[in-house]
Amino acid sequence: MLQKDFRRLALILLFAPFALWIILLILLPHIGMIALSLREKVAPRVYEYGFANYMDFLNEPIYWNTLLRTGSMSLLVTALALLIGFPVAYYIAKLAGNRTRGALFLLCLIPLWVSDLIRAYGWILLLRETGVLSSFLQWAGIVDHPIEFLYNDVTVVIGLVYTVMLFMIVPLVSTLDGMDNSMIEAGYNLGGNGFTVLRRIIIPYAMPGIVSGCIVVFMLTAGSYLTPILLGGKNSSWFTEQIYNQFISRFNWEAGAAFGILLLLFTSIVIWLGLKLSGQTLANTVAKS
Amino acid sequence: MTNTPTYDLECIDIAKSFGAVRAVKGVSFNIPSGSFFSILGPSGCGKTTLMRMIAGFEEPASGDIRIKGRSVLGTPPNKRNVKMVFQHLALFPMMNVFENIAYGLRCNGVKNAEIKAKVHDVLERIALPDVAEREIHQLSGGQKQRIAIARCMVLDPDVLLLDEPLGALDLKLREAMKIELKQLQHQFNTTFIYITHDQSEALVMSDHVAIMNQGLFEQIGTPQELYHHPETAFVAGFVGDSNRWSGKVKASDGSGGTVETDQGLQMVFTAAGGRTIAEGTAVEVFVRPEFIHTVRRTEADGVPGEADNRMDGVVDSLLFNGANSRVLVRSSRGELIEADVTLTGHGDLKPGEEVCLFWSSRQAMCFPSEGSA
Repeated sequence: MLQKDFRRLALILLFAPFALWIILLILLPHIGMIALSLREKVAPRVYEYGFANYMDFLNEPIYWNTLLRTGSMSLLVTALALLIGFPVAYYIAKLAGNRTRGALFLLCLIPLWVSDLIRAYGWILLLRETGVLSSFLQWAGIVDHPIEFLYNDVTVVIGLVYTVMLFMIVPLVSTLDGMDNSMIEAGYNLGGNGFTVLRRIIIPYAMPGIVSGCIVVFMLTAGSYLTPILLGGKNSSWFTEQIYNQFISRFNWEAGAAFGILLLLFTSIVIWLGLKLSGQTLANTVAKS
Repeated sequence: MTNTPTYDLECIDIAKSFGAVRAVKGVSFNIPSGSFFSILGPSGCGKTTLMRMIAGFEEPASGDIRIKGRSVLGTPPNKRNVKMVFQHLALFPMMNVFENIAYGLRCNGVKNAEIKAKVHDVLERIALPDVAEREIHQLSGGQKQRIAIARCMVLDPDVLLLDEPLGALDLKLREAMKIELKQLQHQFNTTFIYITHDQSEALVMSDHVAIMNQGLFEQIGTPQELYHHPETAFVAGFVGDSNRWSGKVKASDGSGGTVETDQGLQMVFTAAGGRTIAEGTAVEVFVRPEFIHTVRRTEADGVPGEADNRMDGVVDSLLFNGANSRVLVRSSRGELIEADVTLTGHGDLKPGEEVCLFWSSRQAMCFPSEGSA
């Protein structure tokens, strides 16, 4: 009996930090946000409950256009990260020798040691009008006046792909690592060419890793703030910027909260669609790696 | 049909090195159509490298590989009609049984209706007609084995390579699969090349066995030849169990003679492999346990006439294993000798009893020792 109580106590103690974290930092703020977003200001210091904030969002095209733009750019970033990350992960997991594998993995990790802000300024240093790339092109005689590479969509996408690359590579490496080499050899042995083996064996096998990498990358991109603002400037029109503006510049917490909830709903729907289309579940993708 | 090559696979002096390690050093052999050929050797002897060269995953440094008379050097693995059953089978876990078998056919551009018929047909032949829609993880070990073979056989290969596919199975299943594999080979009438380090697998199933050691073939022959007439000391020691003595030849008449072992035992022997062994040569003598007769010393008069070697000793212990029971006898010079005995349960030998061991000089196989062996 005593043993049983002791075990229950141990379980509660182990579980407590996790439960506190979920409740205090995830659940409570979101409940607060939902409550806040449903509040409308009818007169100074007079509030009513209703969907006015959400109606504002729908009635103002610039808001939902920004959200759609953020969503589609995030999907593009996710696709690019997958296209670049897959060969890199395949090389690390399957082709590199044991020692190079560790070194390559470390190389992928090193950028994480530097803060987002510094990395974004690194890009600015390279791409601004008086930056390294522009100066080099002038010096080489390819162009005759300085070029501004910053503040356009291409730069934002490049910067975001660079920032999230690691989160694509890690789950891919871990799934590809678990794949028996003889499976690939069997694919060739039974008559498949390189493309067939990739399409019918390697990609289906790596699907959980691909999906989990894509989910993490999409979430990070859609919710990122620093990189689009610094590299895209005023033109970036990222949805997080709208949320920031509502909260900080316009002091309209109600609208900001509604936008936050909308962003969460939007990304959740996109991920749900992605899971349905790829025939995967959360349990065998993100939860696994 | 006059030009049909008689060999499904010919390997001519193939060699392969990895860095400074010479994994395969000039191996030649021919495998006639429709036979079950095993390559038997200890781990690290180069047999897997040899197999990977036949399948096309490694290129030999020199030599030639011919399948049905045509050289396949430079042909990529997916263009060779050699299929392989991998050690851990390498069935595709994301496809069901039907898709696993259909994979190779789809790669060859076979039409859907034909694929259906062929897969169904091959499943019938391996006696698993109802598993087409199952997932791989729902199959038992033996079923997976058969699916892996069916996946290759549906493509009608010239040669089927099997890389120790029974290694992962438990003992009982392994015994059953040995017989089943042999039957499947008969049924498909395709050349099987079976790689293993387990001699009983090789001896039971094969028409011919090649013994491989340190990158070279020591001997190729039928299982009986290898067992009863080994050509080298390695083969004698590796195939079957043996009592082994080293010693020096005291007297020799070319095909046989007398040897004195390091422990001081005099023994009459026959030189193995038709060799002549000169006097004074350092040799190794092998005697198989089943050719040693164990008799109680009190009954030692009724000696079989052929047994011209005799040794006295005391029963050290009995190793009971049903029909394969053995007795361990400690000789007066302290060494332990294994001999097969029939234990009936009545009046058997007991530890501590004094016994005589007899064996014929014809069963004492003698090889010049190689120093390292």
